[in-house]
Amino acid sequence: MALLEVKDLHARVEEKEILRGLNLTINPGEVHAIMGPNGSGKSTLSYVLAGKDDYEVTGGSATLDGEDLLELEPDERAAKGLFLAFQYPIEIPGVASMTFLRTAVNSVRKKRGEEELSTPDFLRLVRERAKELNIKDDMLKRPVNVGFSGGEKKRNEILQMALLEPKMCVLDETDSGLDIDALKIVADGVNRLRAKNRGFLVITHYQRLLDHIVPDVVHVMARGKIVRTGGPELAHELEAKGYAGYENAA
Amino acid sequence: MPAVQETVERVKSIDVDQYKYGFETKIEVEKAPKGLDESTVRFISAKKNEPEWMLEWRLEAFRRWKTMQEPEWARVHYQKIDYQDLYYYAAPKKQAGPKSLDELDPEILETYKKLGIPLQEQEILAGVAEENRVYSKVAVDAVFDSVSVVTTFKEELKKAGVLFMSISEAIREHPELVKKYLGSVVPVTDNFFATLNSAVFSDGSFVYVPKGVRCPMELSTYFRINEKQTGQFERTLIIADEGAYVSYLEGCTAPSRDENQLHAAVVELVALDNAEIKYSTVQNWYPGDAQGKGGVYNFVTKRGDCRGNGSKISWTQVETGSAITWKYPSCILRGDNSQGEFYSIAISNGHQQVDSGTKMIHLGKNTSSRIISKGIAAGVSQNTYRGQVSAHRKATNARNFTNCDSLLIGDKCGAHTTPYIEAKSSSAVFEHEATTSKISDDMLFYCRQRGLSAEEAVALVVNGFVKDVLQHLPMEFAVEAQKLIAISLEGSVG
Repeated sequence: MALLEVKDLHARVEEKEILRGLNLTINPGEVHAIMGPNGSGKSTLSYVLAGKDDYEVTGGSATLDGEDLLELEPDERAAKGLFLAFQYPIEIPGVASMTFLRTAVNSVRKKRGEEELSTPDFLRLVRERAKELNIKDDMLKRPVNVGFSGGEKKRNEILQMALLEPKMCVLDETDSGLDIDALKIVADGVNRLRAKNRGFLVITHYQRLLDHIVPDVVHVMARGKIVRTGGPELAHELEAKGYAGYENAA
Repeated sequence: MPAVQETVERVKSIDVDQYKYGFETKIEVEKAPKGLDESTVRFISAKKNEPEWMLEWRLEAFRRWKTMQEPEWARVHYQKIDYQDLYYYAAPKKQAGPKSLDELDPEILETYKKLGIPLQEQEILAGVAEENRVYSKVAVDAVFDSVSVVTTFKEELKKAGVLFMSISEAIREHPELVKKYLGSVVPVTDNFFATLNSAVFSDGSFVYVPKGVRCPMELSTYFRINEKQTGQFERTLIIADEGAYVSYLEGCTAPSRDENQLHAAVVELVALDNAEIKYSTVQNWYPGDAQGKGGVYNFVTKRGDCRGNGSKISWTQVETGSAITWKYPSCILRGDNSQGEFYSIAISNGHQQVDSGTKMIHLGKNTSSRIISKGIAAGVSQNTYRGQVSAHRKATNARNFTNCDSLLIGDKCGAHTTPYIEAKSSSAVFEHEATTSKISDDMLFYCRQRGLSAEEAVALVVNGFVKDVLQHLPMEFAVEAQKLIAISLEGSVG
């Protein structure tokens, strides 16, 4: 069974239709990339899947493990295993990152019917994962994303991903604002999480991220739907030729 | 539906009658006749076996009060209070003065249990060493309605020389101290509500910490308002003599009812040379029903006098209840090098109106003060910070730092900041920072994408917002406060 199955998905924001019949099937273990010009609806897709307010689904379906995703609240989707790495991670003043991580992990575990982690177990787990992402203890003590550099914010997203153990990871422009070293750390973090029961949807404008997170399938999105699908070579072709041919391709 | 819209809807539907502590205790009560005239004042004074000088003090206040006008400058609106339609004294009938908690009226014990503050347990806790990790001992002077019903740990405090008793008792047993300090911080003529309190105050706490003594335990009063239409007029007087230290905790909840309840307390703190007083409050009185009807009117005068050089007074408050809050815990920085602090969390939801803040009056040299105020408004509530910082011309090198942050939940509530800053000394340095922010949909969505429910998300964000203040509360109080904050904001988001 497909892990994520999106069929003929239509969605709008404030009366404006952004997704116009999008189809996408991701199987467990696969990494898909969606590329496309600005305004093609890439980020909208990630928000619709995660259930953000103001994004109204007007047609079609989306299932995770065969379960209707669109009926669920955002936190229920998270518990079911959908994770969205934000393009612009949100700052939460006064809330220590460690507290945030702990609350998130335990909320999700509770919803999944699992026991909450004990403090020592949790700390051990966080330290381990944080080390892999070159995240220092000091950063975990600071308020969530407040005063973090672009790279720190993105690494923090991947840390959350690692801790919440999702089935389906959506990365929205995770490469934006990263220098090459940060990009490598983030990509390594993602690659470490690749597993046969886990799927990835990597949304990006540029091919360079895909040099590090090598996808199984590359899609081109334009004007709210997938207009072309191919292998990793498609990304290189786009890098060379640009999106010129796709701007009006709907 | 956008989260903010949902919030608004939820707030509309919030049933404040779910008020957690909305129950009444059935206990026979002895009342003064309704209304207020000289005979009421005499009745109260007689009930408490007060000496003549105290009665005169009250009567003088009463005469003064009759000439005063109710203040109208605060940003609060309420139906005019008919002062002749209230009871000014109510006391539990069985007041023979139980020697231990066992002798307490079981109904009272039951009330405390509902509130989660079983006195017996506290007494046991206080004696058990392994429980002493956070705080050594908590002494409870429980005020039930208007009369102190029980005072615990008095003996132990006595060993340290600390006097901790009801103010009525203090008037009888330590008249010299009461005469010297009562009304010395909040004069009888101070303001309408304080003057009313001076005339009819029912009971309250008295603390005296002698020279050089560090009070061996946190002193704590839990009190509830009970009995219909009973104004509650607490009077608290705390004196820290030279080099003394005391931390005092005040926490309260009230049962729900239809009639508005007037509460006009007066708290006076006196810190002599190098003394320190820390006064913490968690206030959770009945805020009224869904239409805002029936909540407590809280008109409180709290003031600390840093009378001695190098003295320090610190106010920390968590205000979540009451229909109307009118409250400005203040510090008079009279002694040279004295310090004043005010840390406040004021939460308003439903139809609550909060007008609260502080005054830091710099009179001495090298005095400093710090104000951290966090206001959270939800529902259709109005939340005002009103603060005054002033430096007398002799207050050279006065320093103040003020930070007022407001957080809005939904778009039907209001947050207002009204600072008054006055420096007559050219060497004064006053800093004022203020921010107003909203819990954004993006913030909530981010939390929910990580698995937090809407309520968990709001609680997390709010706790982050108030963290700077919570950390100034004694540990056991901080936990209670955190619970209260979550309870008060329940139903404020979709």
